[in-house]
Amino acid sequence: MRKDFVTMPSARTIKALAVAAVVALGFNAPAMAAGDAEHPPAVNWSFNGPFGTFDRAELQRGYQVYKEVCSACHSMKFIAFRNLADPGGPGFTAAEVKALAATFEVTDGPNDDGEMFKRPGLPQDKFPSPFPNEKAARAANGGAYPLDLSLIAKARPQGPDYIAALLAGYTQPPAGFTVGEGLHYNKYFSGNQIAMPAPLNPDQVTYADGTKATVEQMAHDVAAYLMWTAEPKLEERKRMGLKVMIFLVVLTGLFLAAKKRIWKDIH
Amino acid sequence: MANNNAPTSGFFANPVVKWIEYRLPVFSTLDHMVGTQYPTPKNLNYWWNFGSLAGLCLVVQILTGIVLVMHYTPHTSMAFDSVEHIMRDVNYGWLLRYIHANGASMFFIVVYIHIFRGLYFGSYKSPRELLWFLGVIILLLMMATAFMGYVLPWGQMSFWGATVITNLFSAIPVVGEHVVTWLWGGFAVDNPTLNRFFSLHYLLPFVIVGVVILHVLALHQFGSNNPLGIDVKGPQDTIPFHPYYTIKDAVGVGVFLLLFSFFIFYAPNYLGHPDNYIPANPLVTPAHIVPEWYFLPFYAILRSVPDKLGGVLLMFGAIAILFLLPWLDTSKVRSARFRPIYKQLSWVFLIACIGLGYSGGMPAEGLPLVIGRICTVYYFLHFLVVMPLVGWFEKPTKLPASISEPVLKTQAAE
Amino acid sequence: MAGTAPHSQAGNAAPTRRDFIVITASAFGAVGAAAALWPFVHQMNPSADVLALSSTELDLSHIAVGQSVTVLWRGKPVFVRHRTPAEIEQARKDDTAALPDPAKDETRVKKPEWLVMMGVCTHLGCVPLGQKGDFGGWFCPCHGSHYDTSGRIRKGPAPLNLPVPEYTFLSDTRIRIG
Repeated sequence: MRKDFVTMPSARTIKALAVAAVVALGFNAPAMAAGDAEHPPAVNWSFNGPFGTFDRAELQRGYQVYKEVCSACHSMKFIAFRNLADPGGPGFTAAEVKALAATFEVTDGPNDDGEMFKRPGLPQDKFPSPFPNEKAARAANGGAYPLDLSLIAKARPQGPDYIAALLAGYTQPPAGFTVGEGLHYNKYFSGNQIAMPAPLNPDQVTYADGTKATVEQMAHDVAAYLMWTAEPKLEERKRMGLKVMIFLVVLTGLFLAAKKRIWKDIH
Repeated sequence: MANNNAPTSGFFANPVVKWIEYRLPVFSTLDHMVGTQYPTPKNLNYWWNFGSLAGLCLVVQILTGIVLVMHYTPHTSMAFDSVEHIMRDVNYGWLLRYIHANGASMFFIVVYIHIFRGLYFGSYKSPRELLWFLGVIILLLMMATAFMGYVLPWGQMSFWGATVITNLFSAIPVVGEHVVTWLWGGFAVDNPTLNRFFSLHYLLPFVIVGVVILHVLALHQFGSNNPLGIDVKGPQDTIPFHPYYTIKDAVGVGVFLLLFSFFIFYAPNYLGHPDNYIPANPLVTPAHIVPEWYFLPFYAILRSVPDKLGGVLLMFGAIAILFLLPWLDTSKVRSARFRPIYKQLSWVFLIACIGLGYSGGMPAEGLPLVIGRICTVYYFLHFLVVMPLVGWFEKPTKLPASISEPVLKTQAAE
Repeated sequence: MAGTAPHSQAGNAAPTRRDFIVITASAFGAVGAAAALWPFVHQMNPSADVLALSSTELDLSHIAVGQSVTVLWRGKPVFVRHRTPAEIEQARKDDTAALPDPAKDETRVKKPEWLVMMGVCTHLGCVPLGQKGDFGGWFCPCHGSHYDTSGRIRKGPAPLNLPVPEYTFLSDTRIRIG
């Protein structure tokens, strides 16, 4: 039957090759780093790979960096306080979350006088934004908009690698490079000139767990935290994936065995 | 299952089944369509699995789509947030969303392979021309559905992809601008556009279901083609669809689900674009606007011509030409297995399509643009020149007398 | 090992091993399909943000004796009434009256001066009006149900007393409903 085996590879091989072609060519990849920006080095995150998980301590440190440094300008509108106690996240307890939320002021209302008012945060509230709207944010930051950070790790190619590199990537510009007014030189930012001044300084944050707060450490921790804010279901997804893949391998094997049995008469 | 002519006595003897059958013969109809009473060529290989896989994709997309709509809000101020609500708060929302988004990609992978099978084995040739046309129509409807679906999350690529593609219609002479304004419902892509795309995105899949039914009915007129490309001569060439092809399709489903699950659980955003996690901003254009990967070949064809109208015509022409295929191919032989020249050129065609895909994903300059142009030329050459000429001049190898013949021959040799 | 004739019938004297594999494969497939169905069903259950709103805390310190407050909880009104001693006494006295839905007042409150109950008439769901009606409690204008000072149905088409939701006193002046 298979007389042309030599000239046409088996269907299975071709399927594999085709998939490999699609995947390898990375149809999804436009030019990654525009201009002279360097590619961020690949970091071996704890959440990488099919069995990756978040490091709770890392997430808690990252949350601390966000809260004490970044939240002054950057909102995080998709995260609610209660998410900090969700499984697969930083792992705060419900009581800690309640106490933590209460330290924030949240806008609520209108009250019976028709006015908006501030009250202490509750677990169900989202993280409050530092500015009431985008225009106010731009006005306070020389026209540049400090992005909402909830999804930033998925909104950039190589998200967490890029964030960690960028935050620690402020250097002196190379000789002859003129940095525009109000901009700062960064090795990894597209075009090398970023409006955000270097946000991290050594020992800026005193980590609750005693880890030394170098710039690289803080950049690393907050990048991991931002990966969680972008993809809070990461651990559940990979766990479910393992069960599903094992099930499917067994199922496909059974179907294949059944097929061979049923087709035995024909071949 | 005692013999080939009567349905399985066990099932049809059941009193409930008999009661229903007498009033509405669903079971025997199914049996005649996909069951023990549907004779299928006995030599179909795994390339024939992709039709049923495409049907599976359609069902998956519709089911996940319906439940996603329970939580989605089609308004520019809330669309992006509602998708994040699905990802974070809705029970299994993240799973349903990733299934739907990656399911679209899987649908196109499966359909492209299905089409390539048709090209290679001559499934578009008489008497299956109409079957082929219906398939091309399904492809067009899929592309429209996918395009509008991608706009719904209202990310940067949603917005700008919609802007670029709807702007293409301004290339139409005289009425172009009016057509675009009509499509937009305004002076730019905005809320009216989003709302109507939502409505149509929900509608079109059911139109696809209708065309798929016609597609299957057309198929059943003459039955499936087969790898040898020769007609079925009698019952000795066929086997009942059930259980032989039901179980074989099940194997295909298993392999398909493995690949699908790999994307969903381990690389859910690989086939997408990071820029779509940025809310749409009409004032900021992304550095590189790219459509989803399954549109890249057509995007490359569009950009290969400097003239706007030319590019548009060529892009639509790339699909329109598929309708002419049954007449462009002059060969009397269906299957490329017996067409030595055409067989090799089929692979060249595939490489050209991959080349187009590569070019479409890169900025339209330098080497990628050159590759895109070369591949565009070959794409049209393949249909307009290669197929007619090769059909005339090629010397096909000897066809077997029948489907069973090679089997009987080898058995006799034993 | 197929010793079958060239024109093979599908399954003459079907070998049991084939049936076993086919049955196992089908069973596995069915289990998989059922498991795959669950997310589609469960996604319609309340999402995490809705569940997060499933309890409300209330400060009671500004509710004077004889005053009522209505709060929204899970999308429905909850009456919180600071009962007067007369109302409490009346409610206790009527424990033995002819009640369509018998219940002692003490089983409906945690502290006698605080009455917390759903403000939804058990007839067809209208919001009853407070301190109206023949029994000094609530009166539903839709179809004329009368509730007493313990929120029990006394007269009219409503079948049940106004339900008491789950609530806890976090302190003397603060309750959590739900």
